[in-house]
Parts: sequence; C-alpha cells; structure tokens
Amino acid sequence: MSAATRALAPAPERVRRSWGHRIQRLIVVYLPLVILAAFFLMPLYVVLITGFKPNAEATPQSMWTPPTRLDISAFQTAFEKLAPNLWNSALLVVPGSILSAIVGSVNGFVLSRWRFRGANLIFVLILFGMFIPYQAILIPLVQVMQSIGLYGSIAGLILVHVIYGIPITTLTFRNYYAQIPYELVEASRIDGASMWDVYRRIFLPLSAPGFVVVLIWQFTAIWNDFLFAVILTRSQSWPVTVALNNISGSQIVEWNVQMAAAMLAALPTVIVYLLLGRYFLRGMMAGALKG
Amino acid sequence: MDRVQTGIRRSAPLIVLAPSLLAIIVFVYLFIGWTLRVSMTSWSGLTPVFDFVGLKNYVDLFADRRFQIDIRNTVLFTVPFVGGSMLLGLLLAILVDQRIRAEAFFRTIYLFPMAVSFIVTGVVWRWLMNPAPGDRTTGLNLLFDIVGLDGLQNRWFTTPDWGIVAIALPAVWQMSGYTMAIFLAGLRGIPDEVREAASVDGASSLQLYRHVILPLLRPVTLTALVILGHISLKVFDLIIAVAGKQLQLDVPAVNMWQTTFDANDYGHGAAIAIFIFVTVAVVLIPYLWSTLRSEARS
Repeated sequence: MSAATRALAPAPERVRRSWGHRIQRLIVVYLPLVILAAFFLMPLYVVLITGFKPNAEATPQSMWTPPTRLDISAFQTAFEKLAPNLWNSALLVVPGSILSAIVGSVNGFVLSRWRFRGANLIFVLILFGMFIPYQAILIPLVQVMQSIGLYGSIAGLILVHVIYGIPITTLTFRNYYAQIPYELVEASRIDGASMWDVYRRIFLPLSAPGFVVVLIWQFTAIWNDFLFAVILTRSQSWPVTVALNNISGSQIVEWNVQMAAAMLAALPTVIVYLLLGRYFLRGMMAGALKG
Repeated sequence: MDRVQTGIRRSAPLIVLAPSLLAIIVFVYLFIGWTLRVSMTSWSGLTPVFDFVGLKNYVDLFADRRFQIDIRNTVLFTVPFVGGSMLLGLLLAILVDQRIRAEAFFRTIYLFPMAVSFIVTGVVWRWLMNPAPGDRTTGLNLLFDIVGLDGLQNRWFTTPDWGIVAIALPAVWQMSGYTMAIFLAGLRGIPDEVREAASVDGASSLQLYRHVILPLLRPVTLTALVILGHISLKVFDLIIAVAGKQLQLDVPAVNMWQTTFDANDYGHGAAIAIFIFVTVAVVLIPYLWSTLRSEARS
C-alpha cells in the first residue's frame, strides 16, 4: 500500500535534474534495465521468429535471423499435435481451480474468523503440506489412485490438484479475510446471524479479489504441473506439459514446430499473467508467506 | 436443547474444516509415513512386499555411485542457481526501485517467466544451449559467434562432469524475477525517513545500500534463500525437459522417479524420496517455525 502511494506521489527530484545527472541515470539505471530486459525476452524472441518462419527458413543455424515472410504452418502443425492435450489441460484446469478456490475460501474463512482451541495447530498442519517435496507422497498416491479407480483419468488428477492446493488456497484466503474488520462480524452476530450467514452475506460478497488471486494461482500451477501429470495420466489423458516434453524429446519433430508448440503451451498462463499481473503477484507473495 | 445447539456451534468450525483436514492428514502425513515404511522394505517388483529390512536401502543408497552423483549434482546446481537468482533478483529490485519511468513495464518483463512452466522453459533452453559444433552450431553458441564472443562458446549441459551447472542458467532466468519481487517488497517496506536520514548524514548511494538498506533486507533475504533452496532440492521438470534422463545430469528427484516407476524398485525409490523430504525439511522447518512465531507475536 505504502509503495503504491509513494509511486503515485510526485517525486521531487524528478522535476528538475541537471543534464549530468540525467546522463548518469541513463547509464547507471536505464542501460542495465534494458540489457536485463533483453536477457529475459531473448527466448521469447527466438520462439516468436522461429514459430512464424516458413519451413525452408527454419534451420537451427538461422536461429537469430528473422523470417523473410510470416508463415503460420509451424503453429498449425503444432496445434494439430497438441490439440487433444490442450483440451485435456483445459478440462483439468477449469474445474481444478474453481474447486480449489471454493475449498480455500471456506477454510480460510473458518481459520481467520473462528477462534477455537487448536486453530493454530491445524493451520500449521495444513500449511506444511505446501512445501513438501511431492516425491515423498508419490508411491502411496499412485497406489491409492489405482485402488479407487482414478489412476490415469483427468478426474483423478483434478482431485490430486485440489487436495495439494488446500494449503496455498487456505493460506491466501485466511490472510485475505483477516483484513475484513471484525466489527462487521460482531454486528451481524448480535443480529442473530449464524456463521454460515456471516460467510454468505458478508465475506462472500467481499471475496472477489481473493478469488481472483487464488484462481490465477491455481490455474497457473495446475496448467504448468508436470510431476503429477506424468505419473498419474496415460497417453490419452496427458495434459499439454507432458505432451510437449515428449514432442521435444523426439528427433522427428522439426525444431520450429517444437518452438511453436512451446508457445502454444505457454500462451494461456502468459495471457492471464499479462491481463491480471497484479493479482498474480499477490498470489506469489502469499506463497512467500508474506500475505 | 440449548446445550446440544451450543455443542454444534462449538464444533462447527471443525466440521467445516474436517474434509480438508482429513485429506491433508491422509494425503500428506499418512502418505509420508507410508513412504517411510516402504523405504524400509525390500519391495522390488510389481507386487508390494512389506517385509522389514531396516535401514538397508539407505545404506545401499549412500554406497551407490549414481546417488553420489545425484548429491554432487544437487550441490553444483544449487550454488549457481541460488546465488545467481539472489544476485540478479537483488540487482533488479534495486534498479526497479530507483523511481524509474515505465516501472510496471520493466517489472512485467522480468516476472513473465514465472507464468511459464519449467517444461516450456526447458524445451526452449534446450535449443538455446545446443552444444552442436562446427557447421551445425546454433543457439547461444551461434549468438556468441555472431557478436564476436566466440570465447564464450561451450558445450553447456553436455560439458563432462560440470554439465549440471548449465541447467542453473534457465533456472535463474525463470526464478530471478520472483526473487526481485520478494526483494522489492522488502525495499518498499523501508520507510522513506530511513533513506532521508542517511542522505542528510551525507551517505553516498553506495554507502546507503551497503550499510543501511541491505541490513534491513535481511528478513526478505532469508525468505528468498529458503524458497530458492527448497526449489533447488526438488528440481525435476527442468532437467527432464532440457536433457531427458541422463546419468550425467541426474538429481535425486529424477533418480527417485526412474528407480520407482521405471525400474519398480520401490524400496530404494522410497528411500530417495525420504532423503529429499528430509533435506527440504531441514531447510524449511526452522524458517517456518520462526515466521509463524513472529506472526503470533505481532
């Protein structure tokens, strides 16, 4: 908050600066900023120019040369290969993130507002699940999924993402709801409203930003997941990350098609990030325990 | 009647939390215990065997040449990855914090790799770090050739013994924006008065950062270190996407996957899993403990 206010306030030293000072700032501040931006954008440059090259120009030896004309055949080929997997990812990520957000909202509400014995212990127990290396649970996870008949299915993968999303979604909503003034709750309780009414009438209507943060976070995490997907799905239910990894590992897929496929696999999360970056950042900060 | 209702009211939070709590207890704690149990069996093959062989699998593991490579590779990856991300992240945060024009624009660029999966990053960097020599030179090696920095050309992740260090480059590319965001949150939390007081005292910008700002950033530095450190111990997708499963670039997570699900050697696979779990716990638990305690105090 203070950062935002400060950014908006007129910076006094920006008003009148000597030429010497300006040139110094250009070299010490802006030049490194631009060089580093180039480093971060370099892979994007390669992916874009390669994806739009006609096949004849798309040799790895002309990686840095822009195309002479735009051609989308690499994207078409990549899309044909990835379409079923992009669809699988969509079927996975939409219910997965919505269910996660609902579960997180209810949990976060209870933990932020209801004072009961052991609340902190429960919170710590849940929170710890966020950081565990999933290798430590994979063996029983596969066995359990097999025995309940969900192994290899998208439904099973949704369940897994919702369960292992509980810690981060609960944490985000708990911190978000903690900002809602307690007087609001007290006032409604005197009116005889139950906790469920308090949630529905007071918290839920105020929850939109919290939902956006959690939905974006889970959308990105589930779309980008590889470990659970590669272990719990079969080829017909592979999401896009697994399929992309297989394409890139094969010798028979042209390299411009590989670049176009990488672009297609990254596009949904990148678009969400560009449109809603502010909320994306808030979710990441919650991940760093900084609510 | 009233009593019953109060009872329901009291236990209501637990009833609401119960499904999630049960799921976490089973899928996290029970499963870890189960893996620990498996790590002390000789289960190897498709049918589970629940005998008890004590710590034999762990003894085997530490004597195993492949596992020794894993540990060496984890260290060789962690040092440049964590060090590089910290330095670049701090530099980016300080630069962005200079009341620059188009701050949002620059921040968006530095952070966008966070929106991309390690698989996508790996697929692209696999080509950027292509080691092909001579006429087939491509990727960064070709770029070095074009700009006249031929001396920088190298074999990247195929460098004998040291290939894993090259994997740190895409990892830094992916994570230093996040590190920047953590440092930036820290910088923005420092009151203006602190900087003003230092400049009134005649401190130069360098002195200001060295003696005032950096010490104040210690808590967020620890946060960034712990987050990067635990990511480093779990690294998996990125290595698979850049190089597939190669002994040269093997790390515990890849070894665990292959041992368990390709070779069906569940006993040893579980032991590797528990090893990863313990190393991550050693990094995380003290940090979580102190964070939660300071949160409880405030």
